[in-house]
Amino acid sequence: MDRRKRTPIKEQEPKERINNFSEVCLGYDENEALNEAHRCLQCKTKPCVSGCPVEVKIPEFIKLIKENKYSDAYYKILETNLLPAICGRVCPQESQCEKNCVLGIKGEPIAIGKLERFAADWFRNNSKLELNPKTKKDIKIAVIGSGPAGLSCASELALMGYKVTIFEAFHELGGVLFYGIPEFRLPKEIVKWEIENLKKLGVEFKTNMIFGKSFDWEDLKKDAYKALFISSGAGLPNFLNIEGELLNGIYSANEFLTRINLMKANSFPQYDTPIKLGKKVGVIGGGNVAMDAARVARRLGCDVFILYRRTIDDMPARKEEIHHALEEGIEIIELCSPKRFIGDQNGNVVSLELTRMQLLDSDENGRRKVKEIENSEFVFEADNFIVAIGTSPNPLIKSALPNLEISRNGIVKVDENLMTNIDGIFAGGDIVTGAATVILAMGMGKKAAQSIDRYISEL
Amino acid sequence: MNEIMKKVILAPNVILMDIYSPIVSKKCNPGQFILLRIDQYGERIPLTIADFDRSKETVTIIFQVVGKTTLALSSLNVGDSILDFIGPLGMPYEYNPNNKNYMFIAGGLGIPAIYSKIKLLHEKGKYIDIIIGGRAKENIFFEEELRNLSNNLYITTNDGSYGQKGFVTDALKPILENGQRYDEIFAVGPIPMMKAVVDLTREYNIKTLVSLNPIMVDGTGMCGGCRVKIGNEIKFACVDGPIFDGFLVDFDLLMKRNSYYIDQEKKVLEEHKCKIGLGE
Repeated sequence: MDRRKRTPIKEQEPKERINNFSEVCLGYDENEALNEAHRCLQCKTKPCVSGCPVEVKIPEFIKLIKENKYSDAYYKILETNLLPAICGRVCPQESQCEKNCVLGIKGEPIAIGKLERFAADWFRNNSKLELNPKTKKDIKIAVIGSGPAGLSCASELALMGYKVTIFEAFHELGGVLFYGIPEFRLPKEIVKWEIENLKKLGVEFKTNMIFGKSFDWEDLKKDAYKALFISSGAGLPNFLNIEGELLNGIYSANEFLTRINLMKANSFPQYDTPIKLGKKVGVIGGGNVAMDAARVARRLGCDVFILYRRTIDDMPARKEEIHHALEEGIEIIELCSPKRFIGDQNGNVVSLELTRMQLLDSDENGRRKVKEIENSEFVFEADNFIVAIGTSPNPLIKSALPNLEISRNGIVKVDENLMTNIDGIFAGGDIVTGAATVILAMGMGKKAAQSIDRYISEL
Repeated sequence: MNEIMKKVILAPNVILMDIYSPIVSKKCNPGQFILLRIDQYGERIPLTIADFDRSKETVTIIFQVVGKTTLALSSLNVGDSILDFIGPLGMPYEYNPNNKNYMFIAGGLGIPAIYSKIKLLHEKGKYIDIIIGGRAKENIFFEEELRNLSNNLYITTNDGSYGQKGFVTDALKPILENGQRYDEIFAVGPIPMMKAVVDLTREYNIKTLVSLNPIMVDGTGMCGGCRVKIGNEIKFACVDGPIFDGFLVDFDLLMKRNSYYIDQEKKVLEEHKCKIGLGE
């Protein structure tokens, strides 16, 4: 075995997978997982752990895989992270745990994410979860939003023995894990399985409940809830604010992905929610959401082009996702900036005018700056455009809690314990950071749970 | 939950239902709407809250059978339940306590959207004139209810089979020409009707509110599908609306956006009709 080389992972062939929504990465089988686990140096200093926002006990769980103790490996991960099947799939390991792996200095780092996924998938197929929360406390805590931050906060609190209720605005649980991330990257059945595990911990879920509309903080207090964790995410889509953006055929990535992931518009007319796409689609943006939207459009039979201001190397999306998108025949047009959408007389978009950009030297943060090239306008024709340039915090929270301190861009202000300016109300995840990653949100959920526990003990 | 407690056919293809919903009935106010999803295959569609009864914990919706969801909804009966009934959504109607006299104008399915607001203002003792319009006599409903809440009720029908022949604006115009003034006019109905009202009231500079019903998916400000142009700003009707200053609304754009899925809507309606044996 060459210790410097990573055990290859099987994936669905690009030609096949653009015709289905099944998972692209097929995961390690037992032998492959063992091979990969054997590469681990079991460093005493554990640099990988310091790169993980929830400090998963990485060398320990890999050691257990090495010893064929897969179930124990899964429980080892659970000690700090209750959603390993999800994290093993969507965490940006290359910029977190794997970035710090000693093997990465002279070769390829351990595939920590793939091993985490292996442990979780093995457990899902072969075992049943048994967890023993501490003695039940008769104290109720409310969590707004069933995304990564909410799930992680609820699971921590449930393990401490609290009675936790998660309120979700949609009819499906999982927040962005459900409506945002497509099946081929994170199958819905995985999300559902992880949530079933939380139900076993006693976490109660209430769907179709919109905070500030269906119920509010006063209702919760009357109902004997002692604290509230707001993790309603960054759901408000940003737009480019350029001419023609209201033309038909222009979707926010949120609307596009919600129609598919949540409302199953790809199975129209069996499902009633439609999606309307022509042959050629332009996706604006360079993050994971842009990749997701582009790859969904590809699976719906479109020719897809990603339009990005900088270069592929500057894209914030995971390298793996960019690679998958390219493999699937999606073209990336670099160094171009949208100027105005052009429509026909029926109000349908037909093209986008862009200008070419040029790279300048790096700024003080090491990020390369770009500048418009004068008189470089060009027109990109397409039947649809999907705007994937980020999201802002959910706007309903503001109106739900008029006294809540919020910064100008809608971000909820919290102290070092993640408590807001309102006593007993905590917040975390994208509503506090702006759009970020699943694992970062989970880390905050966990931290908030600890703060809430301290807060309750001091009441 | 979400059980249908009452079902009344108000006019051809227009149905009233009282839905048992403790949460929505407790929290809702005039001007707000709900989203419903009839079953696991269903679309999320917005419907205005026509009325509510906090003691009975019911919410009244009134809908016209136009597409698959409303057709399927119309086939449900008392005792049946709707899978998801979500709300209340949108900003409530804010009445200005200094205003004394109001004109409410509803075309067709706009009637449910003005009813709860009128009830609220009637309780406050305001002077209220109402114009309701429909295609023909059979399309006019809620006449008695509205008459009891108003100082004057004017009715128009396009074919002249009842009330004054013509559009709601044909009734409004002479009233304004005769010098009658209102502190506020509220118009709800088809987009061309709201546009025509606003074009007329602008001449008299009377504040005119409208309630918009753009295409919507989540109703919580998340998809941006319901974006409308209000003056120079883009607003999301689900969280910023649905009530807006009529003088500022870009109605032409709204009409185009609302027509985007017409082909798909027809397709799904036809498939549904075939499945339930109504196909031709």
